[in-house]
Amino acid sequence: MDQVIGTLNGAPFTLGETLLELSYLLAALLFVFGLKLLSHPESARRGNLWAAAGMFLGMLTTLLLHKNEEGSGIALANVWIILAAIGVGSAIGWIVARKIKMTAMPQLVSLYNATGGAASMLVALLEFPNADMNNRGSVLVTLLGLIIGAVAFSGSMIAYGKLDGKVGDIRSGLVKYVNILLMIITFGLAAFMMFPGQIPVQLNWAIYLLMVLSLVYGVMFVMPIGGADMPVVISLLNSFTGIAAAMAGFIYHNQAMILGGILVGAAGTILTVLMCRAMNRSLLNVIVGAFGGGTASEGKEQGEMKEITMSDAAILMSYSRNVVIVPGYGLAVAQAQHVCHELDELLATKGVNVRYAIHPVAGRMPGHMNVLLAEADVPYEQLVEMESINPDMPNTDVVVVIGANDVVNPAAITDPGSPIAGMPIIQAHEAKHVIVMKRGRGKGYAGIENELFFNEKTRLLFGNAKDTLQKLVTEIKSL
Amino acid sequence: MEPILQFFFTYKEAIFIIALSVFLGIEVISNVPSVLHTPLMSGANAISGVIIIGGIILVGHADASQLSAELILGILAIIFASLNVVGGFVVTDRMLEMFKKKKK
Repeated sequence: MDQVIGTLNGAPFTLGETLLELSYLLAALLFVFGLKLLSHPESARRGNLWAAAGMFLGMLTTLLLHKNEEGSGIALANVWIILAAIGVGSAIGWIVARKIKMTAMPQLVSLYNATGGAASMLVALLEFPNADMNNRGSVLVTLLGLIIGAVAFSGSMIAYGKLDGKVGDIRSGLVKYVNILLMIITFGLAAFMMFPGQIPVQLNWAIYLLMVLSLVYGVMFVMPIGGADMPVVISLLNSFTGIAAAMAGFIYHNQAMILGGILVGAAGTILTVLMCRAMNRSLLNVIVGAFGGGTASEGKEQGEMKEITMSDAAILMSYSRNVVIVPGYGLAVAQAQHVCHELDELLATKGVNVRYAIHPVAGRMPGHMNVLLAEADVPYEQLVEMESINPDMPNTDVVVVIGANDVVNPAAITDPGSPIAGMPIIQAHEAKHVIVMKRGRGKGYAGIENELFFNEKTRLLFGNAKDTLQKLVTEIKSL
Repeated sequence: MEPILQFFFTYKEAIFIIALSVFLGIEVISNVPSVLHTPLMSGANAISGVIIIGGIILVGHADASQLSAELILGILAIIFASLNVVGGFVVTDRMLEMFKKKKK
């Protein structure tokens, strides 16, 4: 592999180097191809495998063929240490990924995102002493990799904590100013470090300080963001990790890393935009967290919430032709997806056409409801997106809202003063009957009354979604 | 102005790659159905573990004759990145397997 096969600009290059670059090209192509297949249901699984193959190829050829860049031709040493580290990480990753419950998926995605960010942060930290201080570009990408990686790491850890219920929200207006200050200090320090003529060793204190500042910023950035905004935050942090990896790609002049990282950055950004659009809010609005403030026009009293008995609900649903189930975070919390599927199968045997209406931001991460229901073996053909189900609503006999609130609040359409005005909703109020399963009389995340619950057509079943569904299934069976 | 131009010239290939892959990423992933949002995110997340190549190069050229902070942090970076890569791809596969099996 050390055979010199030609020269480029006077520098000789070997067969090994050429094969390495070729393998990076192939890996990058596999990433693109994999992502392309991942965006269609039929081919998604193959796409994931192709992308994984690309990653394996890149790792393998780096291990076998990478040489020191200065042309001294020193091959990689410490191969056993590297293999052991990969072994440890892979084993943990594999076991956790196999064992984890599907309901814990948002946490897991955040956790893995955190580890990716941490790796980027560490690589940038360790490469800083090797940076050419007179080449501002090279210093810039190293510092950016460090900052973005650190924010992705600590931010994802906080997101993980929040999704797991271990970390609460800070809802103080002060956080906004603290964050702006932190950001100014962080970038100020980074700018100072970029002045040419400095020696990296003298800046050791600065690089560690920069890392700590970025970590603190990541924490403070996610802290004030509420649960219902989690889909946006997770997507955003995901794109950060990608960008951080791309920055590291600059350090190593590694095109596979640059391309892979930027692809992930783009994917994360697209999801972020989609999630924001589904809530009709700007990204800035989500980050600053100006939601649920007192400026909302107070919902007028709309009479009383009317309850329904289990047997009436069972009869109503059994003798319907079209039933649409609207799942929300309450379904995930109660882990009611299996019994929910039991209900839809039972109704199907009675000739009822049951479908699920999925709002893009239902749950705590993009596509959360789809994953939950897929786990319970609900065929994905039965899961209908909001835009496709809304025209069918007037022909729907019963809409069953399970643990969802703001995504079916008609105020988004009717009340221009509402904080959720303009947010696309599932138009449950157009259906003939609405049954709402709710834990209590509380408000949704947006902190506003939902006039759907007071509607003439609406009846409520209070209680934990799983228990309620279980009783309903028993009731329908005994009909 | 000069530093910016210098930056561009030094990294002209990489900047081309970035500019094009942003477009490529948007083209490849736009119009993804919401069914696939979670697997797409976790699959993309696994790809961002490509940083592992950086970790391998770093530790590969580190001095392992003594236990230095650099070596330990480098090893940590590889462990984290491989967790991200393997865990990400495996969990994505598990999710997609669930989507697949109910095709009657």
